[in-house]
Order: sequence, then C-alpha cells, then structure tokens
Amino acid sequence: MFDEMQGSEQSRQVVRPAYAALWDWLGETKPDVLDFRRREAELLFRRIGITFAVYGDAEAHERLIPFDIIPRILSASEWDVLHRGLVQRIKAINAFVNDIYHRREILKAGVLPEDLIFQNPVFRPEMNGQKVPHDVYVHVAGIDVVRTDAETFYVLEDNARTPSGVSYMLENREIMLRLFPELFSRYRVAPVEHYPDELLQTLKSVAPSAASSDPTVVLLTPGLHNSAYYEHSFLADKLGIELVEGRDLVVKDEVVHMRTTEGLKRVDVIYRRIDDDFLDPLVFRPDSALGVPGLMSAYQADNVTLANAVGTGIADDKAIYSYMPQILKFYLGEDPILKNVPTWRCRESDHLTYVLEHIGELVTKEVHGSGGYGMLIGPAADRATIAAFCAKLKSNPKDFIAQPTLALSTCPTCVEDGIAPRHVDLRPFVLAGRDRIHVVPGGLTRVAMPKGSLVVNSSQGGGTKDTWVLDR
Amino acid sequence: MLSRTADNLYWLARYVERAEYLARILDATLRLTALPLAYVGAGNEWQSAVATAGCADAFAAAYPEANEDTVTHFLAFSPANPSSIRCCLESARVNARAVRTALTVEMWDTINGAWLELKKWSDGPSSRQDFSSFLRWVIESSLRFDGSAYRTMLRNDAYWFSRLGLYIERADNTARILDVKYHLLLPAIEPVGGPLDYFQWASILRSVSALTAYHWVYRENVKPWLVAELLILRDEMPRSLASCYENLVQNADRIARAYGRQGLAQRQARTIRARLENSRIEQIFQEGLHEFLNDFIKDNNQFGAAVTQQYLV
Repeated sequence: MFDEMQGSEQSRQVVRPAYAALWDWLGETKPDVLDFRRREAELLFRRIGITFAVYGDAEAHERLIPFDIIPRILSASEWDVLHRGLVQRIKAINAFVNDIYHRREILKAGVLPEDLIFQNPVFRPEMNGQKVPHDVYVHVAGIDVVRTDAETFYVLEDNARTPSGVSYMLENREIMLRLFPELFSRYRVAPVEHYPDELLQTLKSVAPSAASSDPTVVLLTPGLHNSAYYEHSFLADKLGIELVEGRDLVVKDEVVHMRTTEGLKRVDVIYRRIDDDFLDPLVFRPDSALGVPGLMSAYQADNVTLANAVGTGIADDKAIYSYMPQILKFYLGEDPILKNVPTWRCRESDHLTYVLEHIGELVTKEVHGSGGYGMLIGPAADRATIAAFCAKLKSNPKDFIAQPTLALSTCPTCVEDGIAPRHVDLRPFVLAGRDRIHVVPGGLTRVAMPKGSLVVNSSQGGGTKDTWVLDR
Repeated sequence: MLSRTADNLYWLARYVERAEYLARILDATLRLTALPLAYVGAGNEWQSAVATAGCADAFAAAYPEANEDTVTHFLAFSPANPSSIRCCLESARVNARAVRTALTVEMWDTINGAWLELKKWSDGPSSRQDFSSFLRWVIESSLRFDGSAYRTMLRNDAYWFSRLGLYIERADNTARILDVKYHLLLPAIEPVGGPLDYFQWASILRSVSALTAYHWVYRENVKPWLVAELLILRDEMPRSLASCYENLVQNADRIARAYGRQGLAQRQARTIRARLENSRIEQIFQEGLHEFLNDFIKDNNQFGAAVTQQYLV
C-alpha cells in the first residue's frame, strides 16, 4: 500500500521529499498542541457555518464535514502530470458532448454502442442540434483522481454535471493559513484563492452573443435545504453575483430576468447548481418547484447560457466511463495521461459472469448512483449484503459496472489515538471557458476517516484535507 | 438587489427586534410580579404581558390560565408560538442563512452564534436565575446584531431594507405596549403619583429601555402623560414612534434616491411622520389615546404592506 508521506511498503523508512518538512514539524509539535489546533479548526468551521445536510438524517440536519489538519502535499512534478491529464480529459469531454448532440461521428465509427447513449436517462434529446457558445458544454468539472503508487494516477469519475466541494478547497486553505502560519514558513504553496476570479471569468467568457460586454451572471441554487447550499452562497459571495432560486427568475419573450427591488433585470449566464431534471418544469419534471418555467425556451433561443450545459451527464455516466480511453483517442488522437480504472460492464455477458464470480474482490457500482450510494465494496461486505446485491445485479445487469478494489494511497491523518494513515482521493476543479482551460493547483482531498475504509464521500462520513501543490 | 434578498433582510431585522422586545416585556413583568401586591394592584401582569406581545388569542387557545410558567414558556420557548423568542431567533437565522451573501461576517457570526447558543435552553430555563440570564442574553444578542449591522454593513439598499424592518417592528412594539397599558396612562383614573401607578409606568419605560432617558428628558417624577409624550412624540427617544418614523422616512428616501423613483411607501412614511410632528399630547389624550394608537398600528401595518408591495415581491 502506497503512503503519500512514506512511500511504498518497501521504502517506509524514507520520507518522500515533499513531506520532509512536514515530517520534521510533526515531530517537533507536541500532540496536545496539535489537538488544541484541531479543536480550534472545528470551532472555526462551525462558527463560519460551513455545514452540509445529509439526506435522510434528521438528527444531524446540519453537519460538519470532519476537517483534518494534516495537509496532503503534491510536488510540482506530480502536479504537472495531473494538470496535463486533466486538461486533456476536459478537452475530450467537451468534444464528446458536442459530437453526441450534433454529428455523432463517434457512434458512426462504432467506438461505443448507440443504445448506451440513446437509452441513457441522462441523454437529453432536447439538446440535439442545440448550439452552445463556443462549443463549451462542461465549464466546471470536478474530476476524481486516486493514486496507487508514486507514478500512477487513476481517474475514478468525471463529474461533469454540478460538481461540488470547491468551497472546502478554499476554506480549508484559509483555516490552515490561520492556524499554522509556522508550517507555511517552511513551504512555498501554490495559492488557490483566485479560483472565484477564474470561475467568474470563465462564466463571463461564454455569455450569449446577444449579451452586453459586461454580462450578468447569477448562481442558481435549489435553495436552503440542498446539501451544498453553503457552497452556493459562499461562491455567489466570492464571485459577487446574485444567488438566485427558481422563484427569483422569470422568463419573458424567451429572455430570462430576475426579480429585483428595482424591477426585472436581464440575466445572461446562469451558473446552475440544479440538476437537469429540475431546471424547467415545462420541459423536464413537471413537478419541479425549483426550476424556472420557460428557461429551456430562452436557452434554445441562445438568450442565456447555462453552465454546465444541459445534457452533460452523458459524459460522466458510469457506463460511458469505461470508454473514456477510446473517447480521448478518438477526439484528440492521444493516449490518456491519467489512467482509467479497468472496468467490467455488466451489460456484457462475459463481464457479468466474471463480476459474479469475483464479486468479493470488486467494487460494484450502480451506473446512475452517486455520492457513494448504491455501491458494494466486495472485500468489506458480509455474505448477506453480497447476496442481496447479487440479486439486484442479476435482475438488471445493465445498470451496473464493477472495478477492482484499488489500494488507494494513504495520507497521515489525525485520529482518536494520534496520527495514522487513512485512504484519500483528490478532486481537482477544472474550468473551461471560451479559449482557455484553467486548473487551480490543488483541489479537494477527501479522506476516509474510519480505519481501512475506502469510502471518502462526505455523505458517508468522509472528511477533507487541505491540498498543497508545491512551487518549483 | 433580488427582491427575495431584500425581503429576507427586512424580516431578519424584524425578528431580531421582536425577540429583544419580548425579552424586555418578560423582564419587566418579572420585576412587577416580584413586588408586593399593594404596589402593583391585583391585575394579572402575566395576562397583560401576553396582550402586550400581541398574541392574546393564540395564548388563550393554548392555555387555560396566564401565570409565570405558562406565559414564560409561551412567549420565550414555545415552538408552537411563531412569535416566541425562540421562534423569532430561529426565523431570524433562517432568513440570515438565505441571505448570507448580503450579510457581513460579524452579523452572521452573531445570529448564527445566538442560534447555536439557544440550544442550551431547549428544555427551558433551569431556574428563575437562569431565566433572567436567558433574557439578558437575548437582549445582548439583539444589541450585538444591531451594533454589528450598524458598524459593518455597507450603506446601500441592503442596509436600508434591514433598517426599514427594524423600525417598522419597533414602532409596532412601542405602540402596542402603550395601548395595552393605555388605561394606566389616562390621568383621571388614579390620584397622580400613587405607588400603584408609579411602578406600572416605570415598568412601561423599562420595557422600552427608557426609564433613565425619561429622567434625563423631563427631570421630574414619572407622570403618565409625559410617559406617553416621550414614547409617542419625542424624537430624541430612540424607541418613540416619532423617532421610528424619522428613521423610516430617511431610509425609505435613501432607497428612492438610489433607485431614482419615489413611490407609495415614501409618501405613506412622510404622511405618518407629519401626523406625529403635528400632534400634541394634550390633543391626543382629548381625542382618545386608544383610538390614536389603534390608528397608528393600522397605518404602520399599511406602510409595511406598501414596502412589501413596492420592493419585496
């Protein structure tokens, strides 16, 4: 098992260079001092009100995501590989979505089966032939990356709809700067604080052609009860844009307006944190009270830009994921810099047979699930759970994929009895605008707090860490 | 600014102000009921506290009798009474959370901190001592909130809408407390200066934190018509109706100037202020204090409705 600080099991006695100063600092700092700062951090988080709601958990209506004070550190050269891989990935994703809703050359070339697109609930026929400004569909992606050794990064998931977590990336850094100034005196850490500026610039760059030179951008939230509401209000604040709910917007003559104290005001770009399904009750779910009636008509008339575009789910669907290496090759003519986790598609009968035989070793996921729901981790599950899952799998194999249980890298983490290794992943945030792709150095490191656990999702008790990318 | 944001700011300020007012009523009532009956008369002070809070009907529907236990529970802690201190603070935070982007960090800290702290009393107070500190804490939280708004908010429409909420609520509260006690303020009922009246009037003043102010303004004993004058007409008294409307006119005008448009709300505010400016306390007593206050409460509500209509929906 690979540890971010101490390397592979063979080389455990040697601290990896990026972690050397942290190692010294941990050695010099008394446990009670660490513990005190840890509690201080928690207090700060609660005070600022950074909470998230857990669905179906009435007790902890607003809960804190555990924050771990030991940073996760990436060297400049590691980041360089990641950065190139992420840029490559988002280029391919945008080309793919554009192709799917227009010429469909990838289907004509037989790279992936048609029914995987056309029978996929996240495919939006409303988007067929729909032009979007500068052909950018995915403006903000949160691409989940894990590593298994010093050289190998895998992409676990391409979140191309409404990825969240970036507020934690920003707040974690603020808290670390406040609590551990002495640690920052030993490291030169690339800043992340310009993310909101980059995001705003990205959003403005894709305004519809009819918009003025200073387009009006808003953030559309489902509202207070959404688990990521804190993040929505945080970002709106940092971007200096209005945080709107569906009821604040009204469509007149195919133009979107917001209701203000000075009357109606035209809106050009909507950074929406609402799923496709709820955007417009006239087109999608008619029972949606969160959306804006007529929004799609304004969108189709090119009077407003939605970021991300409608129908991008087709790019991060778990069933499509296994084809990503071929997709990259098809559009860019390049081999992927970041690997794909080998994936068995249960829709194919020989794959299904393999999965059923090896289910105890594999991670099996529902293709339309997210957030760690609808997932079986073979090695960690008991017989009864496996049996129940297999029944579900057999009755509808098309809905499942399986992957080997990756030995995710670990990172030193403060736990009950001191400092111990815990499994981590990384979600960097990738921005794609009119003529520029930008990745803020770092991202959100999520950590599975219980010993041995591989589930980093915050809905399942995962925590977060500040992520440092070192300057050259 | 989004209409919904302005609406949240307006109600946020109203709820915080109402919570403080309730705490002051309860505090004044606790003092009154601690006095020997000979000093305060045999009236039910707890019943009167409920009436002053403007929820006598809801209370009567929920409890058979007004006493310390039922009234403190109803006005301070009841989750079923939307105007209890607890519900006010909770509603204030819901509104604050919806407009975090329009609040300063200090304001959010205060309101969120108060909401967290409120949990300490979720089972009610453990003793009278504890209840007293609860009331003091509510008042302090409101002062801190108001102070941080005053000290940290940009002077733009967000600030002006929150001020509108604050002063409309405050005017309503002051008018209500005077109306519930108006019979005491009528000069003819008791010989002036009797102990009974003194403590009742002092209690009214205390409920609006004006006891010391009274002495500074008048430099004489507490007299009923002066109490009424202080709380209705004296614009140097921050909780008086005149002062509230001075502020309401100013803030409504600032909004109109920023948006380049006057409306019904501005006209109504000026009309009400003019009426207060042109009134004299003798004349108010002659024509009927109760009628005057009733009309004022109605006008004040209409002004609130005009603000809502013009900006908040």
